Amino acid sequence: MTKKILIADDEQNIVISLEFLMKREGFTVCIANDGQEALDLVRSELPDLVLLDVMMPRKNGYEVCQEIRAEPALQGTRILMLTAKGRETEVTKGLAMGADAYMTKPFSTRELVSKVKSLLEIPA
Amino acid sequence: MTGSTIVVVSFLYLALLFAVAYVGDKRADAGRSIIANPTIYALSLAVYCTTWTYYGSVGRAASSGLGFAPIFLGPTLVVALWWFVMLKMVRIGKTNRITSIADFVASRYGKSHLLGGLVTVIAVLGVIPYIALQLKAVSNSFTILTSYPAIVMPAKAGTVPWLADTTLYIALIMAAFTILFGTRHLDATERHEGMVAAVAFESLVKLLIFMGVGIYVTFGIFDGFGDLFSRAAQDPNLQALMTMGAGGNGYGNWFALTLLSMLAVMFLPRQFQVAVVENVNENHLRRAIWLFPLYLLLINIFVLPIALGGLMHFAGQDVDADTFVLTLPMAYGHGWLALLVFIGGLSAATGMVIVETIALSTMVCNDLVMPLLLRYRWLALQGEEDLSGLLLGIRRSAIIFILLLGYLYFRLAGEAHALVSIGLISFAAVAQFAPAMIGGMYWRGATRSGALAGLSGGFAVWLYTLLLPSFAKSGWLPADFLQNGLFGLELLRPHELFGLKGMDQIAHSLFWSLLVNLGAYVWVSLMRRPNAVEAGQATLFVDVFKQSLPTGGAFWRGSARVADLLPLIGRFIGRERARSAFAEYARTRGVAGVEALQADAGLVHFAETTLAGAIGSASARVMVASVVQEEPLGLDEVLNILDEASQVRAYSKRLEQKSQELEAATRELRSANERLKELDRLKDDFMSSVTHELRTPLTSIRAFSEMLLEDPRIDLADRRRFLGIIVSETERLTRLVNQVLDMAKIESGHAEWDNEEVSLVEVIEQAAASTSQLFKDKGVALEMSLPGKAPSLLADRDRLVQVMLNLLSNAVKFVVRGKGRVLVTLSEADGGLRVDVRDNGPGLTPTEQQIVFEKFRQGGNTMTDKPQGTGLGLPISRQIVEHYGGRLWVDSVAGEGATFSFLMPCGKSTETKDEAG
Repeated sequence: MTKKILIADDEQNIVISLEFLMKREGFTVCIANDGQEALDLVRSELPDLVLLDVMMPRKNGYEVCQEIRAEPALQGTRILMLTAKGRETEVTKGLAMGADAYMTKPFSTRELVSKVKSLLEIPA
Repeated sequence: MTGSTIVVVSFLYLALLFAVAYVGDKRADAGRSIIANPTIYALSLAVYCTTWTYYGSVGRAASSGLGFAPIFLGPTLVVALWWFVMLKMVRIGKTNRITSIADFVASRYGKSHLLGGLVTVIAVLGVIPYIALQLKAVSNSFTILTSYPAIVMPAKAGTVPWLADTTLYIALIMAAFTILFGTRHLDATERHEGMVAAVAFESLVKLLIFMGVGIYVTFGIFDGFGDLFSRAAQDPNLQALMTMGAGGNGYGNWFALTLLSMLAVMFLPRQFQVAVVENVNENHLRRAIWLFPLYLLLINIFVLPIALGGLMHFAGQDVDADTFVLTLPMAYGHGWLALLVFIGGLSAATGMVIVETIALSTMVCNDLVMPLLLRYRWLALQGEEDLSGLLLGIRRSAIIFILLLGYLYFRLAGEAHALVSIGLISFAAVAQFAPAMIGGMYWRGATRSGALAGLSGGFAVWLYTLLLPSFAKSGWLPADFLQNGLFGLELLRPHELFGLKGMDQIAHSLFWSLLVNLGAYVWVSLMRRPNAVEAGQATLFVDVFKQSLPTGGAFWRGSARVADLLPLIGRFIGRERARSAFAEYARTRGVAGVEALQADAGLVHFAETTLAGAIGSASARVMVASVVQEEPLGLDEVLNILDEASQVRAYSKRLEQKSQELEAATRELRSANERLKELDRLKDDFMSSVTHELRTPLTSIRAFSEMLLEDPRIDLADRRRFLGIIVSETERLTRLVNQVLDMAKIESGHAEWDNEEVSLVEVIEQAAASTSQLFKDKGVALEMSLPGKAPSLLADRDRLVQVMLNLLSNAVKFVVRGKGRVLVTLSEADGGLRVDVRDNGPGLTPTEQQIVFEKFRQGGNTMTDKPQGTGLGLPISRQIVEHYGGRLWVDSVAGEGATFSFLMPCGKSTETKDEAG
């Protein structure tokens, strides 16, 4: 069964690249353009993994992360946070909020794919 | 009313006074002082109001109307200065253990025996008429009361034989009473707590009784103030009393009397005693400053009503106005009220006599008798004998002597004047202390010779113009010198000295005596520099409030032994008390005990001030000098000490200043640091934002590049699309880098401004042309309303175009595709040119209106157009406009479009700021 991935980012061009990348790896993809939309989609689509941008309108990535972790029904959702802010404190904060992994932008597509696969426990 | 009733009641009252005093003393011994109370202090100052006030004010009011008022106006005025002058006097008194006003003057001018003696003589001679006045008042009121219900004026003084004269016995009883009060033991500080308590008590008694009589006369006999005054106004003679100039007293006399009582309330020996010597706490002055004038006001409210009432009731009868307070209740048959009035008068008299004679006897003992005795070496040399008994004996004798002198004056001159006039003679005498006292507190240059000259000159004039005439009028001196002047010289007429006419005798005497006094004091003082002792004492007095004042010990050098000093003090104040005083001193110095004390300058000074409390500063100086080996200090040395002290003072002032400067610098540094931290935080935020904005396009570029590189199978359409994105993201990066640099330059002031004459119309048209493609692509209408002609500005054309481009591209970005409209208007506005760019987009909420001008913040959900905005356009535009002294702002209602406007000042529209903020 194919895994479903939610891409949450407000930068159109990044969304396009991620969508292309994930589809190429054979995942099902859905897309959210802001934090609230992301949260709604997590609840309705129940993706296996969320590629979550931090700086988004309406709700930022941390808040989304926190709310997902607060709902027992969503415990199986993996969260990979992406951010253009690379400071140490932000990485720590994201992990503390319940993210499973963290990558800073710009990222290597290869590393991203392998991180996604390892989170979803798919052999490379 | 029988004499014996009155005597019994009087003695009962005196016993009550004594009981108050006894309790006061006991409480003081137990350390729970009842006079450590500002109200008691203020009440004790009311010893100023004697029988003169009690009976005499009414008498004076009856003859000169408001002429009684200056006696109380003066103190009320001078009290306003007490917080400076009296406070200083009290502080000096405390630090130098001053025991009397003679001691004060003697001590100030180098602990001079001669000066202390002179002040004592002036005080005794000056105050004796005043004491006589008290005796006269008590004796008269006693005599009048014994004939109740008949009203008979007493016989003339001197017509009864000496031994049948009640006044003599009153004088003796008062002497006995004073001795009981004031000289039961010798106090090292010369403070009499019991006496002060009793005086405060009697002040209350006389006030209440006098007001009681006033209320009785005003509301009992008459029907209130209105009735009384309107009835009096019907009599032209009485009406005159209610005006200022009544009784022939001009304003000059008013002024003289006011001045006189201003000085008297400070320098009468008894006032000095209660205000300075008996003061427990300087802060008590605060309450006295308003309570004492209030007391004076209260006791004077009914003076005029009683006088008018008496004049109306006793019109045509031979009743002395001085007795109205007593005779009015008698005339209406109120024997008990009359008796009460007598007690009130007795109260006023005893209060005055006790304090005055205690003060005078201290002066006579310390400044007159002791110095004389000290001339005989036997006193100093005779072994271990306790001399405190001798001191008490001297004081007691002095009390009896002074009261007998008072009685003598009463017999000799008492009938020549009314009560008030006798009192004024005394006032004029003590006024002579004013130059030496006030000058001593404020003028360093005053010398002993100056004070001596001033005092003796003023005193001589007083003697000649007031005291001798009062004897002459009574027939005890040939009276012809009054008319013809001394030696027949008319210029020397006592009441018209050097032809000065037109004043009453008091004003006349005050004028000449103070003129001579002040003149001699200043002139003689200026003739030579103060010597070493005078300079030292001057500093202790004048600079008493300065903190680094050298102690009295600083001016002493020599060698001494505790074994000599302790017995010496013991001889005067008792061995036990001397020992405990030394033990106390040892404790404050942190020394184990009396035996361990070093006999240094400090101890010698302590011994001397302790002794000064008992025998006065001048005598103490002589006594201490007799048991220690002294090396005299030269003037230069004293000046050096003073100089050192002032250097220390200046140094500590400098230190204080420095530490204040340091504190201020610390505060500045701290706030600068805060500002720096804030700037640092802003810079961090800026860097973080810039990083974020740079990484975002880089992310797309890298992702697409990697995918294109790794995957050759991507179809052509996708390749083209991805490459297009890479290009546009690269453009975005370029724009961002440019704007960040631009912003940084403007903010740091390094931007270049190519100012020239610019027409805003052209700027707008140029910007519109540049963005026309954008508008066309999105189907948005651009309308412009520009005037044909507008003033030109001196500015950087490209920058203004940049601003316009920014506003136009913002507008077009936010309006709806196909339906958008943008209107640009240029108008002349208040002080400049105004450009409005109005759109019909979604508008901005108030919060958004704030943040659109912050860096990297964009309004609205700009998802679709995001790559084009950097979030720096508006902040940069605002910086540019503000650089030219204009402003840029937005007006908007959410949902109804937005108008971005800027105002450029014109006229001298050059750069108003060299550096952009």
